[in-house]
Amino acid sequence: MWQQREADQLHVIDEPTLAATGQDGLTVVTPKGDWTAAFARELEALVGARTAAPTSPPARIDMKGVGRLDTYGAWLIVRLARVLGSPGAPADIADIPEHFSALMAEMGATNRTPVEQPPRTNVLTDGLAAVGRSVADLARESLVFTNMLGAVCLSLLGVVLRPRQFRLISAVHHIDRVAWQAVPIVLLITFLIGGIVAQQGFFHFRKFGADEYVVDMVGILVLRELGVLIVAIMVAGRSGSSYTAELGSMKMREEIDALRTMGIDPVNVLLLPRILALVIGLPLLTFLGSMAALYGGGLVAWLYGGMSPEIFIARLKDAISVTHFKVGMIKAPFMALAIGVVACVEGLKVQGSAESLGLQTTNSVVKSIFLVILLDGLFAIFFASIGM
Amino acid sequence: MTGQGEQLAIRAEDLVVGFGARLVLDRLSLEVRRGEVLGLVGGSGSGKSVLLRSIIGLLPKRAGRIEVMGVDLDRVPDRERRAVERRWGILFQQGALFSSLSALENVAFPMREHLRLSDRLRSEVALAKLEMVGLSVADANKLPAELSGGMVKRVALARALALDPDIVFLDEPTSGLDPIAAGDFDDLIKTLQQTLGLTVFMVTHDLDSLASVCDRVAALAGGKVIAVGPLAEVMAVEHPWIEAYFKGKRGRALGRAVLHMGT
Repeated sequence: MWQQREADQLHVIDEPTLAATGQDGLTVVTPKGDWTAAFARELEALVGARTAAPTSPPARIDMKGVGRLDTYGAWLIVRLARVLGSPGAPADIADIPEHFSALMAEMGATNRTPVEQPPRTNVLTDGLAAVGRSVADLARESLVFTNMLGAVCLSLLGVVLRPRQFRLISAVHHIDRVAWQAVPIVLLITFLIGGIVAQQGFFHFRKFGADEYVVDMVGILVLRELGVLIVAIMVAGRSGSSYTAELGSMKMREEIDALRTMGIDPVNVLLLPRILALVIGLPLLTFLGSMAALYGGGLVAWLYGGMSPEIFIARLKDAISVTHFKVGMIKAPFMALAIGVVACVEGLKVQGSAESLGLQTTNSVVKSIFLVILLDGLFAIFFASIGM
Repeated sequence: MTGQGEQLAIRAEDLVVGFGARLVLDRLSLEVRRGEVLGLVGGSGSGKSVLLRSIIGLLPKRAGRIEVMGVDLDRVPDRERRAVERRWGILFQQGALFSSLSALENVAFPMREHLRLSDRLRSEVALAKLEMVGLSVADANKLPAELSGGMVKRVALARALALDPDIVFLDEPTSGLDPIAAGDFDDLIKTLQQTLGLTVFMVTHDLDSLASVCDRVAALAGGKVIAVGPLAEVMAVEHPWIEAYFKGKRGRALGRAVLHMGT
């Protein structure tokens, strides 16, 4: 190896060759030059050509002429020896320069059994199997979701009975993160949405001379549906994903196992404060968001629709009632619960790899947004049937 | 390049590295010769890993020079720098295996990026490297999450060796292994070092590794190398930290063994 280094320094490149000569019934194969990774393609071609040419079985490899050798070249020579020899008895490798002998011995002991290739699969049956598996997963996942919901309720009950167990500081910290720090972005987005809805209203209603009804539409839509939906979707993307990622990396680093072994319930310490923070924070954000959307609507009505603020407010008073406000606000904590539970379930599902952390975070956001919209639909049916 | 420079794998001169107001390495100088195994010891927080990471360029230095294989990495164009980087392999403390790739794919990854190899040759050489570090074919398709701590270190070593490097950096290779596994790992490093003609730069806490694998030992304290040389010489240096380290309960047994070897 030392000579090899010296040659490296001098940048002397010696193209590898592989010659074969016959000597009294014995084929002598002589590799020469640099048998290194830099020539891997050429070397493989040389070895491949030699293997393809029929040789009478007794063969010997003479390594005297090899100038440089690394593990790639050494393996190719070993491979050649195995092909030239009979199974179990590779061809002789002779005249191995002394500084290569350890490497050759080491490589000779490898690759005796090939790596198992995964069995070939049928696209059709695989597809069907995947469908079946996802249906089964759906059932299992609803069970896990219910289980987690139960665990959180139980933990809440425990906290109600023994308030000292409640992690107040942690809950406040999470309220700060998911609610207080989200205020600016929530205000901005809902303000814009309110404005856009009002602009579209004016643009289309004007054709019928129904300008005034824009206020009804903005007011009712924002308070009943849009405010809470937009805010819940934003919170699912912003806080649900961060819960999943946090809990997932805690799971990867065995922090959650550590808590368990100390006799501390992770639901109590980690999940309940997080979920409660969402349940408290989301209605507050919904309220702020709805106000911002109404403000945006009013501003557009004034600047674009030419409706003075006094008329807008008077019209709004007539159009909306406390019921509309209640409908929106009642939904918020339930959506928060769904987001929180999904985020925690997905976080605890994370396995050892970085890939699974990413997968579960995506799942968490997709599922919680889906659940938020599903809940919204169910509530719409419910409120319609009780006449709210 | 001078003749002496040729014999040095790594040369750090007046190296200063710090975080904020705290200097971790304070005008540190160290030389690693080609083909030797150098063990770096020092207390927790003495800057062993910081030194390793600044040599391989993961941490910025405030002053000083680092030459690897006679090349000053700060003064050469990117292309040459990358050429030097291809000649070293690094075993991180936690293995740092790519968690979405199997053991075999982890070893094949640097080959795929840097060498033009056929798929067959790549997987054969990758498997050969796995077998060289003592893993079996059955482990080749396992994901890092399915491997034990010792196996993770072995796969990480195989990956460090994937491109036939001239220098390998080992950051606490035997930490977290049981004494038998650690002993095996030491033997493995020694064997591979002799087989492949490697230069090994090893950060370690393991007194047994120092005695069995390292040709020379460098002791780090107060941001400087306080002693460097064969283990017996370093142990004889009069310095409070060295005395505490080698003459503590664990060090004494080692001391007897080293003195015994000397006679």
